[in-house]
Amino acid sequence: MNITTQEKPAELAICARQLNLWYGTFQALFEVDLDIRKGMITSLIGPSGCGKSTFLRSINRINERLGYVRINGRVELFDQDIYAPEVELVQLRKQVGMVFQRPNPLPTSIRENILFGHKLHNKRSSRAEQDEIVESALQQVLLWEKVKDRLHHKATTLSLEEQQKLCIARLLPVKPRILLMDEPCSALDPKGTEAVEELIWELRGRYSILVVTHNMAQARRASEECIFMLMGKVVEHTPTHQMFVTPAQQETADYIEGRYG
Amino acid sequence: MDNHMFAATELNQKNQRTEKLVRLLFILMAGLLILPVLIILFTLVYKGSSILSIDFLFTNPTNGMTEGGIFPALLGTIWLVVVALIVSVPLGIAAAIYLSEYAPDNWGTRLINLAIINLAGVPSIVHALFGLGAFVVFFNFGTSILAASLTLAIMTLPVVIVATRESLQAVPHAFREACWNMGATRWQTIRRVVLPNAVSGILTGVILEVSRSAGETAPIMFTGAVFFSPFLPQGVMDQTMAMSLHLFVVSTQVPNVPENLPYGVALVLIGMVLIMNSISIAFRMHLRGKKKW
Repeated sequence: MNITTQEKPAELAICARQLNLWYGTFQALFEVDLDIRKGMITSLIGPSGCGKSTFLRSINRINERLGYVRINGRVELFDQDIYAPEVELVQLRKQVGMVFQRPNPLPTSIRENILFGHKLHNKRSSRAEQDEIVESALQQVLLWEKVKDRLHHKATTLSLEEQQKLCIARLLPVKPRILLMDEPCSALDPKGTEAVEELIWELRGRYSILVVTHNMAQARRASEECIFMLMGKVVEHTPTHQMFVTPAQQETADYIEGRYG
Repeated sequence: MDNHMFAATELNQKNQRTEKLVRLLFILMAGLLILPVLIILFTLVYKGSSILSIDFLFTNPTNGMTEGGIFPALLGTIWLVVVALIVSVPLGIAAAIYLSEYAPDNWGTRLINLAIINLAGVPSIVHALFGLGAFVVFFNFGTSILAASLTLAIMTLPVVIVATRESLQAVPHAFREACWNMGATRWQTIRRVVLPNAVSGILTGVILEVSRSAGETAPIMFTGAVFFSPFLPQGVMDQTMAMSLHLFVVSTQVPNVPENLPYGVALVLIGMVLIMNSISIAFRMHLRGKKKW
């Protein structure tokens, strides 16, 4: 029995096939094929300009705001083609939350930050309902105990680490299925980094998480699978422990040993 | 200590002297800017304050405008400015939102920007003649508050647009990114995040517009303001007296005006603008105190 469950293909959160992307005439992604499993933390590593952020941004289609982006190939989230004509970007972005390099809380209160997304997508909600949403979101990011007495304070008065946690919490009320994180710890000090990494680890299972990082140690500590990209191509995609112990490709080995990048 | 290792050489000393001289020159130039303001204010207060009274503000001019008050002109200016604001503020803000938040960077947008810059550079007398042709004659509004205010509105539109656009662009891009990535549409983003954080800058534009509209004479001369009217305006289709034109009239067109009258009119006009400005500045500071990023 055990063998059959292992042979059954894992459920996929993200499936990219033959994905090519151009910024104007510059091709940033080449024939990217990736299967990213549901409920896992997958990290994307590679030197600057290798296309990892570009790939991340083609999953919530935020790239398209730049008018000169051209894409071909296929990206499916949970078996649904997200470049199909009937896709509503608002629905897509609701289900694919994104966390940025620099925490970007809105210049309102902590409470309003959490409720922002909820209010965008829901007509009316009672005070009690809102209270519950705020508490549950902050509980999930391990921030509730710290800020429960100052929910009406400006979000920008929090420390960077807390701001970044708040930015993650802010996504949760609209019930995303995928969380994209673009170097979520690079603006934080080591202690903050550790705290946010712990949080990401905590969220594993409930959400499918894709983390772009420059920090090799972070990829190693806080992800289950790891993708190495180079010059717009996927070089290697293996379980994290395997990539860092026995990389299959020479380029991967060179990169993780710090020979370039 | 003659041979101190770090002692000044002759060249050093010369350079230092030049430095002091140049700095003094710059301070002087900057200081000169205050002078005209002080002189104007002082002269106005000195020569005009003797005529100021509640009666002066709230009665009609009498005896061929050599006596009495300035109430019709005061009220007329308020009419003109308010109607101009009603037209140009929504229009200007809408245009600025389009240019800052929606417009793609193409030749069409550049053409609009060019038009705004040019509009700002058109002399006010040309606006006056345009207003006369367009609003008074073509749209057949006659010489009226409506025609004059529309002329003022067009003249001050660039101020509102530029100030609004700049304050919109001063709102950090990260806020927009955050909203878009939560599935907010552009308009939701603008209404909930961008505009509330740009209010103080927009207000600056409005303040500038108020001061300019209240002071301009040429654009209203042919389009809605009259030398003298014993009646107060009842609506936007009426003609009206206005402070700026009244000042021109009592200073140059009417014989035997007591000396303190024109100064008094000027003082009230400046006072109006200053009061409006300080109200908006106070409001702006209140708003600024609330925002932080």
